[in-house]
Formats: sequence, C-alpha cells, structure tokens
Amino acid sequence: MSDTHSHQTAFVRAETLPPMAPPVSEQGIVKWLRENLFATPANSALTVVTLFAIWFVLKSTMPWIFNGVWNTGSLAECREVLDGVAGACFSVLTERWNQLLFGFKYPPELYWRPMLAFCIMLVAMAPVLFFDLPRKLLIVTALFPFIAFWLIWGGTIWTPVMALVGVVVGYLVYSRFVARNFALGFFGGVVAAIITWNLGGYVVDAIAPEEPFLQAIPSRDLGGYMLNMMLGVTCVSLSIPLGIALALGRQSSMPLIKYICVIFIEFIRGVPLITLLFVANVMLAYFFPPGSGVDLFLRVVIMITMFSAAYIAEVIRGGLAALPKGQYEAADSLGLDFAQAMRLIILPQALKISIPGIVNIAVGLFKDTTLVSIISMFDIIGMIRGPILASTDWNGVYWELLGFACVVFFIVCYSISQYSQWLERRLATDHR
Amino acid sequence: MTTLTDPPQGAFRLSMLLNDTRYRSATLQVIAAIALALALFYLYSNLAENLRRAGLNISYAFLGNPAGYDINQPLIEYSSQSSNLRAAMVGILNTLLVAFMACVTATVFGVFAGVLRLSKNWLVSKVMAFYVEIFRNIPVLIWILIIFFVMTASMPAPRAYRGENATSSMLFDLFAFTNRGVYTPGPEFTRGIGGADGSPLNMVIILAVLVGSFFVTRMVTANANRKQAATGIRPNTLWVNLAIWFLPVIIVCLAMGLTWNIPELKGFNFQGGIKIGAPLIALWFALSIYTGAFIAENVRAGIQAVSKGQTEAASALGLRSGRVMSLVVLPQALRVIIPPLISQYLNITKNSSLAIAVGYADITATLGGITLNQTGRAIECVLLLMLFYLVISLCISAVMNVYNNAMKLKER
Repeated sequence: MSDTHSHQTAFVRAETLPPMAPPVSEQGIVKWLRENLFATPANSALTVVTLFAIWFVLKSTMPWIFNGVWNTGSLAECREVLDGVAGACFSVLTERWNQLLFGFKYPPELYWRPMLAFCIMLVAMAPVLFFDLPRKLLIVTALFPFIAFWLIWGGTIWTPVMALVGVVVGYLVYSRFVARNFALGFFGGVVAAIITWNLGGYVVDAIAPEEPFLQAIPSRDLGGYMLNMMLGVTCVSLSIPLGIALALGRQSSMPLIKYICVIFIEFIRGVPLITLLFVANVMLAYFFPPGSGVDLFLRVVIMITMFSAAYIAEVIRGGLAALPKGQYEAADSLGLDFAQAMRLIILPQALKISIPGIVNIAVGLFKDTTLVSIISMFDIIGMIRGPILASTDWNGVYWELLGFACVVFFIVCYSISQYSQWLERRLATDHR
Repeated sequence: MTTLTDPPQGAFRLSMLLNDTRYRSATLQVIAAIALALALFYLYSNLAENLRRAGLNISYAFLGNPAGYDINQPLIEYSSQSSNLRAAMVGILNTLLVAFMACVTATVFGVFAGVLRLSKNWLVSKVMAFYVEIFRNIPVLIWILIIFFVMTASMPAPRAYRGENATSSMLFDLFAFTNRGVYTPGPEFTRGIGGADGSPLNMVIILAVLVGSFFVTRMVTANANRKQAATGIRPNTLWVNLAIWFLPVIIVCLAMGLTWNIPELKGFNFQGGIKIGAPLIALWFALSIYTGAFIAENVRAGIQAVSKGQTEAASALGLRSGRVMSLVVLPQALRVIIPPLISQYLNITKNSSLAIAVGYADITATLGGITLNQTGRAIECVLLLMLFYLVISLCISAVMNVYNNAMKLKER
C-alpha cells in the first residue's frame, strides 16, 4: 500500500521545515526603530528634530557638569582652576552644604539632632504609608511630634513630656465618654487636654533645670532645606484633620455652619499663599494677646495650615460627593449616629477616593514652602538668595546652587507622586 | 405590632435641646454662633488693644498720599508724585498683563506637550513626559529665579552691542536681547489719534476692528452652516474669513500711518521700540512653562477620556484624521479639559504674585511691598491685596463657568 502511494507522489517532505528568520526590517531593533521612531515621514522629522534638541542640550550641559570643580574655597579660585574651560563650580556645595540644609545659624555641632529627627521621621512615616508593616510601629508615629520637637528646638524635656501628658489625658477622657456621646467625649477630651497643658506649664516652669540636657535653639535659627521639610510635614499633617472637618462642615445641613465653612474655604482659595504669608508676617501678631510674642515660625505654620486645609477640604468634599447615596442611607438604617457613620462607613471610603488629590495638595504645599523666603525666612531659597549669593566668595554661582535646590525638591516630590500612584493601584478594589 | 409613634407630647425638658432632632440643629447652630462671636470679639479686642499700644489706627487715607517711589515702565501715566492708589492701579494692570500673557502661552505649551506626549513616536513622548515631570516637581519660585538669572547673568549688556567689533548683534537688526530685557520694534501711528506722540486709543481702535472681524466671521460661519444644513454642500469660507480678518486691520493701520519704531543703541542703552523688562520675561516664561506642564497633563487626560470607539466610529464614517480630531475627539475632550484649565488659570493669576521675588511691579510688589513698607499700613494693605485677588478669582471663575455651561453636554 505504502509502496504504490510513494510511486504516485513525486515528493513528500517527511519533516516540517524550520521557520525562516523574519526579514531584517521586521525584527529586533530595526523593527522597533521603524515602528516607534520612523513610522511616517512626519514622524521621522520629529525624531530628528528631537534628537538634535537633545544633543544640543547635552552638548552644552555635559562638559559643564563633568568639568565641575569640587574643592576650591571661592568662585575666584574655582575660575582659576577651570582656566577658561566651561565647568561648574560645585565647590560651593561642598563648602556650604550645611547652610543649604540647616540654615546659617543652627550650631554645626548640633546637626546630629535634626538628622536624628529626620531618621525617626522616616520610621514614624513608614507605618502610615505602608500598611503591611507591623502596627506596633504606630507608637513611634504617635511619639514622633514630641521627640522631634525636643530634638530640633532642644530645651527642657519636660515641655514635650507635658504636651504628651495633655494628649494622653485628653484621650483618656475621650475614650471614657465617647461610648455615651461622641460630642461629649470629643469636647471633654479637648477641655481636659487644655487644662492639663495649662497646669503643666506651671509644673514645667517649676521643675525645669537651669542647664537643659539639649541646648535650646530659637525658631529664628532654623533654616535651609530643614525648614522646608519641617513646614511641609507639620502643615500637611495638621491640615488633614482640619480639612476633613471643613469638608464635613461644608456638607452640613445646618446653614450657619455650612456658610462659615464655605466662606472660609472660598476666601482662602481665592487669595495667593504669598498674601497669607504677609498676614503671618505683618498682621497676625496683632490678633494675639499683647505681649504673647508668638514667633514667626508658628505664625507661618498657622497660615500655611489654613491654606492647605481649604484645598484638602475641597478634595475630600469631592470624595464625599463621589460616594453613592446608598452608603449614607445604609449607615442611617443601621442606627448609627453621625459620628459613628462618618468614622466607620463614610470617611474610610471617601478618604480612599481622595488620596491622589490629597497627595497632589501635599506636593504642591511642599513646593510652596519655598515662598517663605519672600518674607525673609532663610529656607533653602532664602539661603541661596541671601547669605550665600551675597557672600564675596560665592557671588555669581547661580546654576550650581539653584540646580542643587531643583535636585532636592525633585527627589522628594517625585517620590511622593510615585508613592501615590503605587497606593492607588494598591487600594483599587474594583476588578479589571 | 408596630405603631407609628407620635413625637412625645410631654413637657419641654432642657435635655431635649441636645437629644431631640427637632431642636438639636438649632441648638448646635446657636452654640456655633456664640462661639464664633466670642472668637471674633476676642480677636478684635486683641487687635484694638495692640493697635492702641502701637499708637496706630485703621485708616485708608494713605491711599491718597504721594507714593514717593518710581516704577519701571508703568502701563498708565505714573510718577513718584502720584498717589499710592495710582501705584496700586499700576500694579493691578501689571498683574493682569502678566497673568493674561502667561495664560495664553501656558495653554499653547500645555496643549503642545499634552498632544505630543500621546504621540506614537517613542522619543517624543518620553521627552514630553520628562518635561512634565521635571517642571511639575520643582517649585515655580525656583523656575522664576532660574529664568531671571538666565536673563540677567547670561545675556550680554547693552554695551556689548556697541562699536565696530561688537560682541553681540541684534537678531535681524530688529530684536536686542540684553540683560536688562528684550527690545522689540514697537508700532507707531503717525496719523493716528494724538498725532506723532501716539495715544493708547490707537491700540483700542485696532482691537475694536479685530473684535468686529471676529463677529463678522462668526456670522459667515453660521451662514455656511445654514447652507450646509439646507443643501448638504458647505461653501468654502476659508478665503472669505481670511479676508475679513486681515483686510480691515491692514486698511486701518495704513490709514493711521503705521510705522515700526526699531530699537537703537544710543549712549548706554537702547532707545525706541518696546522694552520687555527682564523681570516680566522671567515671570511670564516661568509661569507659562511651569503651568504648561500641568495643563499638558490635563490635556492628556482629556484626550484619553474620549473612548477609542469614538475615534473608530469617526474613521468608519470616512473622516480624515485631522477632521476626526477637530470634529469628534477635541469637542468631547474639551469638556473634560476645561474645568481643570480654569483652575490652572486661577493658579497662574495667584502665582503671578511671586513677581515680588524678581522685582516686577505687580500689585503684590507695589501695594503689598513698597507701599506697605513705606507707610507701615500693614493691615490695610494686606486686606486690599486680598480683596483684589479675591475679586479677580471670582471674576475668572464666573467667566469660565459661563463658557463651561455653554460647552457642557446638553442632555435632554
């Protein structure tokens, strides 16, 4: 049978042919180039123009960076070393890095204190940012404000300890009464904390040692990038609770409370931050009791917190509005009161929706902390424009200094926005 | 089983104020009102006491006093003998000028970068992503300072243009880029209102003619639409529209004797033409390029929000790719883009207050800066400043909301 068959057919291939390699233009890097860079004539022209632009930028910046001088004492010496060659004068960074980071009045032998506070901050922020970490770390977060205050400002340890005692007393009163009535617990806790702080003030005055363990640093000696960090972290963390309160107030059915919140939010959002900083600088002192002497740092924190709270309130209002009405009705039908419904059902969902917006506000606020240089606080920009560029040694070193400021801001802001994108993916509960 | 219970009819008890929903909100509001009044009274009494101790009072009379300082290149007539109010007016006009210019250029940059970021060209989209990330993550104040230092430290001084072997030369013999600013040719009307001296009214006339042309072209387009609806054939309006835009303006300019005043180096500086000062350029360019990065993201989000089916359906109808963009994708994307665009314009206006960092005489620098420091009227100046920005913000959002309502999806 098989014989006859083989006679009838001239040729039968016994094995499959190995596939031929695809044409050169359809594989590997050539294909990628054709598809992504040279798809159409217009596209190719665009690519060439872009390549030329990139080459032009690199040609002018790369030699400047690589010829950089890192170890001279002044701009004049640096120019001597460079001898007419285009090159950067990075020695300003190696010589003045401490001023850029800590300001020019913070005692150099005490730099370990803000550095340590910064490291503790990383630990304190970790459990808030990444919820897989052990929950016990939240103790560090709770203690961090007091530790950081003590480390950065120094002075007697009893001041932060009393502040902590006040918070603990307030919390105890709150948890004692919250089961009966949220408002009673909340306001009772606040009153208890305030009473404790007032009493504690006298106690601290009485027992504070003459020579505190950590040397006290006045607020006006803070400066540099540290100041930006401190303003950013403090104001963002203070403004989130305030923003939630404002957002809830704006949704309230009580007209008086609603209009107070609306007017506050719209007023703050309608004026630039710089005018609010002017308020902090020249006007706010008039509103404190005579002789109270609230320092500029605190006044600026108050104004920036109000500023970002108004923006965060709008973001959270968006989150609240995005929740289906059924969630509110379900909470009501379970018999939850307002505080319980908000705490257990509405806010967890609304805040989750608002995370990207809140992070955007936080990044914007951190960038806006540079504005304090305009009211003559010496943050990183204030240091660059003031003491460093005004010194005879470094008059004229613009690019290196501003480039450094760009780099430090970019690192922080870019990582925050990357974190927010990660968090959004992480929290996405819908199926895709 | 269950019966509908009437509200208790018993006597009114004090605890009902908090526990009865009929009274609770009123109680809470009364408490809030009392707390607010107490807080305001506390602040006010502190203020009155502090002012009394400092020997100050609240008075706006200083607005009428001579300002006593000079402003570079005011848009309206101003001298150091003019009143503080006049200085504030100069500042307001400067703020509006830079905000308007920055809004226009930021939109151009933003649309350009946003569209290119969606390009199929890998290199171009990566470069645009780089631009957006770099500019969004670095404070605008730093950008303003960088561009200001580019202008003042890297540009040649006017004297570099002088002499036989000058180190710098003017671009096309028309534009001069110096560390004091950019000098460009300026229009002059020899036969216009105000004669050879010129008057701002000339520009108003040109503007009026352009506005007129705008409305006539709208009529032409509406007419073409009507014809297309009736007959199915759209008359070609391109040439008519171009003629309506250009002919009247050219005729008016010729009638008023338009000549160009070209900047010339005289003595130590350029004379003639229009000078755009370095602070204005720094502020304008930095605001545009910074906000442009934000607008690029809005534009990208808007275009991506139009579902792919729309593009495919338009292609299936036989539209060319340009028309797909202009007739199908963009009108739908605009609805998504415009609300965030409004808030970016508001941001530009508010960020223009950073002018004070480079010494551009906007309202913050005149009223909130020099006037405040010279008169010591801190509270009055800051309040007026806030009032101005508040009014501007409300106006921009009102105008933009009207536009937004006209553009939004008409649902029936």
